[in-house]
Amino acid sequence: MKKTPLYEQHVNLGGKIVEFAGWALPVQYSGILEEHDHVRNYAGLFDVSHMGEILIEGSAAEKFIQHLVTNDISNMKEGKVIYSPMCYPDGGTVDDILVYKFSNIKYLLVVNASNTEKDYQWMLSNSMDNVIITNITDNYAQLALQGPKALGILKSLTNFPLENIKPFRFEEKVDISGVEALVSRTGYTGEDGFEIYISPEYAATLWNKILEKGKKEKLIPAGLGARDTLRFEASMPLYGQEISKDITPVEAGLTRFIKFEKGDFIGRAALLSKKDSGTRRTLAGFEMIERGIPRSHYDVVSSYKNIGFVTSGNFSPTLKKNIGMALIDNEYANVSKEIDIVIRNKAVKAKIMELPFYSRKRG
Amino acid sequence: MKIKEELKYSKEHEWVKVTGDKAYIGITDFAQKALGDIVFVELPEVGTELSAGDTFGVIESVKAASDIYCPVSGTITKINEDLNDQPESINEDSYVAWIIEVELSNPSELDELMNEDEYENFCSKEG
Repeated sequence: MKKTPLYEQHVNLGGKIVEFAGWALPVQYSGILEEHDHVRNYAGLFDVSHMGEILIEGSAAEKFIQHLVTNDISNMKEGKVIYSPMCYPDGGTVDDILVYKFSNIKYLLVVNASNTEKDYQWMLSNSMDNVIITNITDNYAQLALQGPKALGILKSLTNFPLENIKPFRFEEKVDISGVEALVSRTGYTGEDGFEIYISPEYAATLWNKILEKGKKEKLIPAGLGARDTLRFEASMPLYGQEISKDITPVEAGLTRFIKFEKGDFIGRAALLSKKDSGTRRTLAGFEMIERGIPRSHYDVVSSYKNIGFVTSGNFSPTLKKNIGMALIDNEYANVSKEIDIVIRNKAVKAKIMELPFYSRKRG
Repeated sequence: MKIKEELKYSKEHEWVKVTGDKAYIGITDFAQKALGDIVFVELPEVGTELSAGDTFGVIESVKAASDIYCPVSGTITKINEDLNDQPESINEDSYVAWIIEVELSNPSELDELMNEDEYENFCSKEG
């Protein structure tokens, strides 16, 4: 197992270490529910150094990424971040990624840890002239400071006017407590917050400083468990669950991140035909009516007929309900429609609910 | 880690508290800590007959669902219905939050279970 530069910190903080995508990371420290609650109401600090970073440079960088991903990067300003699926020719999903634009000839792609090597090889195999693709995952440690108190906490460690970094924007060379960082207003929790990219050698120093400064704002370290329940409530897709090589972004409800009008890109024809003809199945949210917790891969049935499967499910700490997302036949995906989730060979009643389950109050 | 000396322990981290010909069964402090925040308990029905080693229910934490095993043979005489609404009481004190009561059909099985010292030793090896 690979260790992030913060491994010692996790152990010292009592983190329960598990293997995730080849990395030794804490699934929790004080407890998933407590960590979840702190991120929703105060702030949580996550080590997300396992995320992959791939640098795209060269005069054809923009053209290459336009071809590679489904979203349109042509109108991106420098300092902007966009989210995009990346697809195979058949429309199946290679990964969902963030694209950071430094300039027309330099972009950073942030990819899922479990997909880093696969994505890198995929990019190389689709490369073109005047593009340099470099896997620089090991050059970065990444911290995610998330929650309503994130801005205030991070501001107390820098003179930089962080409030000027709007959502899905980033700044380079921000001095945070003497450490040079790339800071973006992004996250995977449904809350306001920042993702902070730094050189691995400064990771422990910065981690400790943020935790210390944030203490009075009730900041606590948070692990992979809370990261999953938080993203799940915000109905953000997780690769391997809501999207995969067998699940297109159209089915997963991500069509708004596919820009068919931008010109050709990998998977365009397949995705367009799925969008026009209508997909057979679609991602829907549901809540349990009867007792039981839905889990990923459980079957979904209606009148004894299999209509799909659960992609993610759990007890929702914020809503205090047992909820899930499922990929099901279209005709069953209307709000309030009753379906059954098969839990340990028993059909347990649920009803379709609008997504997202949770969105934070803004302003 | 808390361990109660008057109890018997299984390798699957259940405890057994014998009172006459009946026994209360729950999970240990070690087990609740390993599971994390418990959010659901699926209880069996009173009257169910169990052999030692049978699963009789499921405990779900935020992380995962885990079977609960009955370390002794017998018939279920009571279930702790409070766990339907307060599954987290197992996290709060797993030795108070019993799960089922069984009437023992083969009390000699109790001899195969661990005492406090043996269980403590067993847990230290499991980490």
